[in-house]
Amino acid sequence: MNTAEAGAQGYYRRLQAAVEELLILKGIVTREAIDAEVAAMEQRSYRRGAQVVARAWVDAQFKARLLADGSAAVREFGFEIGPMHLIVVENTESVHNVIVCTLCSCYPRMLLGMPPDWYKSIEYRSRVVREPRAVLREFGLVLPDAMTIRVHDSSADMRYMVLPRRPAGTAEWSEEALAGLVSREALVGTAVAARHQSDDNSPV
Amino acid sequence: MTAAAVDPAFRVGDRVRVRRSDPPGHVRTPFYCRGHSGTVERICGRFPNPEELAYGRPGLPPIPLYRVRFLCRDLWPDYAEHPSDVVEIEIFQHWLEPAAAPAAPIGAKR
Repeated sequence: MNTAEAGAQGYYRRLQAAVEELLILKGIVTREAIDAEVAAMEQRSYRRGAQVVARAWVDAQFKARLLADGSAAVREFGFEIGPMHLIVVENTESVHNVIVCTLCSCYPRMLLGMPPDWYKSIEYRSRVVREPRAVLREFGLVLPDAMTIRVHDSSADMRYMVLPRRPAGTAEWSEEALAGLVSREALVGTAVAARHQSDDNSPV
Repeated sequence: MTAAAVDPAFRVGDRVRVRRSDPPGHVRTPFYCRGHSGTVERICGRFPNPEELAYGRPGLPPIPLYRVRFLCRDLWPDYAEHPSDVVEIEIFQHWLEPAAAPAAPIGAKR
């Protein structure tokens, strides 16, 4: 983060605190309601998205529903996602998807929790639509030259999640073990799902 | 009186061009796609106009929202990565016009 961004964050933090105080003083919201919402947000994490991906890997019919209507399919898990319109985009052997919000920091928070700082950075937001391979390389992800990259700019009401490819050699793995292979970055498309060195003794 | 719903003017696969406009206020059409042409990838439904919502107005009637697929090499004249790479962007109908033929190349000036 550069100095200007850090300064802006300090400014917005003070602004947010001031508005919060005013809303409470005027009786529009209560401190308890704000705390409850913050607590609910902290409960949400990318592990929800990882569970959804693992289900899609083992259940072809669920995967079809997920790609046809992401919001409806993730509600099958009982996740409270509010009015979120979710589009799930599938990585294949010829297409890699990556998500950004160039205008601000739109992110499927109801499913993945809070966005990481790099996702909100000016650098990521401006460069990933301009030179996606160079950006992905900095994340340690080198894609085959022939692969097409699709960058999804969350510019309005849709939110996005990547359905990564299932790693090879996991045919016998349980859904729960598969979910453990899906990182937050894989759900945004700055990484792929992969087996770790320590996974050689496949957990079933 | 309730304003009539706005019907979709474009179909999936249609070639469209983003209006080259720079209105003041809150706009959800990224600057880098203005004036460029792409293909309608899907129709997302109808949503209240964010340019009205931002100022506390209801933004009604809802406007069709599209996902438009742009080739990166159309967006950036000097794009140096794979020629089939694309960016897909959500764009409201009032920002789109038909593009019968591929748009004339747009220089670095924006």
